Amino acid sequence: MTDKVINKKDWAGSLKGIRDSYRTFVPVREGDFHSFRPFEDDTVPNFDFLNTRLSPKSIVYPQSERMFECLTDPEDPEKGILKEAAKDYSPQAIIGIRPCDAQAFRIVKRNFDNPEYRDPWWVQRFESTVLVGLGCGSPCPTCFCTSVGGGPFQEEYLDAILYDLGDRYLVRGLTGQGKEVVSRLQGGGPADEKAGKDAKALASAAKEKVAARLESDKLGEKEVTALFNAPFWEDVAFSCINCGTCTFVCPTCWCFDIQDEVWGKQVDRIRNWDSCMLPLFTLEGSGHNPRDKKFQRVRQRFMHKLKYYPDKYKNGVQCSGCGRCVRSCPVNIDIRNVARLMNE
Amino acid sequence: MGEHTEKIIETARRLLKDNKVDIFIGYRKGSVPMMNEPVLISDPEKTNQLHWDSNCGLNLCNYLTKRTDRIGIVANGCNSRNIVTHITENQIKREQLYLVGIPCTGMIDPKTIRRAVKFREINEVEERDGRIIVKGDGFEESFDKKDVLQKNCATCLHRNPVIYDELIGEKVPEQEGIDPFKDVKKIEAMKSDDKWGFFTRMISSCIRCYACRNACPLCYCTTCFVDESQPQWVGKSSDPTDTMTFHLLRAFHCAGRCTDCGACERACPMGINLRQFTKKLNKDALELFLWEAGLKEGQRPPMDVYKTDDYNDFIR
Repeated sequence: MTDKVINKKDWAGSLKGIRDSYRTFVPVREGDFHSFRPFEDDTVPNFDFLNTRLSPKSIVYPQSERMFECLTDPEDPEKGILKEAAKDYSPQAIIGIRPCDAQAFRIVKRNFDNPEYRDPWWVQRFESTVLVGLGCGSPCPTCFCTSVGGGPFQEEYLDAILYDLGDRYLVRGLTGQGKEVVSRLQGGGPADEKAGKDAKALASAAKEKVAARLESDKLGEKEVTALFNAPFWEDVAFSCINCGTCTFVCPTCWCFDIQDEVWGKQVDRIRNWDSCMLPLFTLEGSGHNPRDKKFQRVRQRFMHKLKYYPDKYKNGVQCSGCGRCVRSCPVNIDIRNVARLMNE
Repeated sequence: MGEHTEKIIETARRLLKDNKVDIFIGYRKGSVPMMNEPVLISDPEKTNQLHWDSNCGLNLCNYLTKRTDRIGIVANGCNSRNIVTHITENQIKREQLYLVGIPCTGMIDPKTIRRAVKFREINEVEERDGRIIVKGDGFEESFDKKDVLQKNCATCLHRNPVIYDELIGEKVPEQEGIDPFKDVKKIEAMKSDDKWGFFTRMISSCIRCYACRNACPLCYCTTCFVDESQPQWVGKSSDPTDTMTFHLLRAFHCAGRCTDCGACERACPMGINLRQFTKKLNKDALELFLWEAGLKEGQRPPMDVYKTDDYNDFIR
């Protein structure tokens, strides 16, 4: 075992030990919320949160990413030739990611890294990222990780995990990369037997606390067209205001849009997060929009997460149960209720 | 305000049964604390879902735009003012509507409540005799409702609906001695650079999800300027210049139309105080044109009218 225990008061100092080897991201309190930020000298990491407002999705998959660039200068012999924009794939570490958000990366990976298609940028950045998780001692009433293949202390998708034992952390390396990170943490000592026991008790107590569920057991056997034409979509979608909140806060939503932006003689080809909730998402060049109506867009989001994705990849739903969409939706459209209707 | 629920259900059922309206728009109780969901009901037997309490924050006027049926709708002060604006701007006809007016004592602000309980997880929020009782794992705290109101409700001067066909309950006294523009004046007093810094910081966490725009009953354009691609007015990346352009232009599109219903702020997932933009314009509309949006049917808003006898020199 490579388990270490580190006193909480030494923890931020301890973390400094890995900054030379990894671009390190830590949770930081900003106003009412926590966000992942680069660990600079004046950064105050704060691990006292239920979950961060936005998932750390953008650390692997930025909201706006320059893919290519070119110049429009007529004098330039390489005018108009697209070249890949410089990207940074140096090793990075996300410290304090919740197990649900780590699982989300695995869910997204099936889309960005499969035999049919491989997204070079997502894959390279994911592969250069070490995930040091923070087990979830007090899951929120809106979380439902245990019904979508996860758990508040699920180690499977992480490289290392932290157990919060009150005044100290137990840190456990889980993969080669994770053990490497743990070995670079300054200070602390080998975990004693009590710490191991406490960690185990903490994890099983937390699992019991996850009360909410997402029901999806019968979705596999349902006909796609029957669900697609189900009578409840208009009612589900009525309150939707077609903003992109649910998709942007979601750690498993991956859709993007590609735009060219010109600044002086510089052209940047950028990909930006897109959202299937926005009418523009499917607007075609001809002017036709196959998802012209609100209920069609709402239906798409839930069908994609709960039916198309599971049918295609045979590996569970496209949701890791973080509950962010439930908490952030301005009109209270609740994926758990929608799943129940679909599953009935 | 919970006592209104029964009467709303009764009224909606009667209106649907008597074929006075085709549909009824109200709220149903939400699945998480401090959250109700807008709902459309067409079956009189399903009216018992309807609910009213201090968590009806999203402006229902959103759901009226360009509908062609006969609609029953609950309307408190700000919602009714937006309905008037909608009628003025030809988005709905008065004769299509049956307004069930609700005197309002304000909506509670989830952000304020979360801060007040130090971000501990909330399982339940109850309302009893003007007190808000917040329960979570191992704690229960109670607050005076007036201390945890949405900021726009705390300074609201039009709590009673301005138009209605039927009123639920008694009118409530309007608040007096309140300066709704205190925060605006603070910003007005800043130097130009500081103002820019203030607004830049304010929107720095914006994720361009457009929840503010879509929650706003004034934003009903078929294609918003940020979604136009020919020409493309605004870049779509998370560039701060584009984000600022979006917020400033959106605010100006609301000049003389905003009722300060607070839906934008309530909807923002990042907690941005969007009303800091629109309130300045409300103040300008009041000072320059003696205008508050949506108070009276049949009045043209200052931004779409020209009068030869305008009292302002600059326009004559």
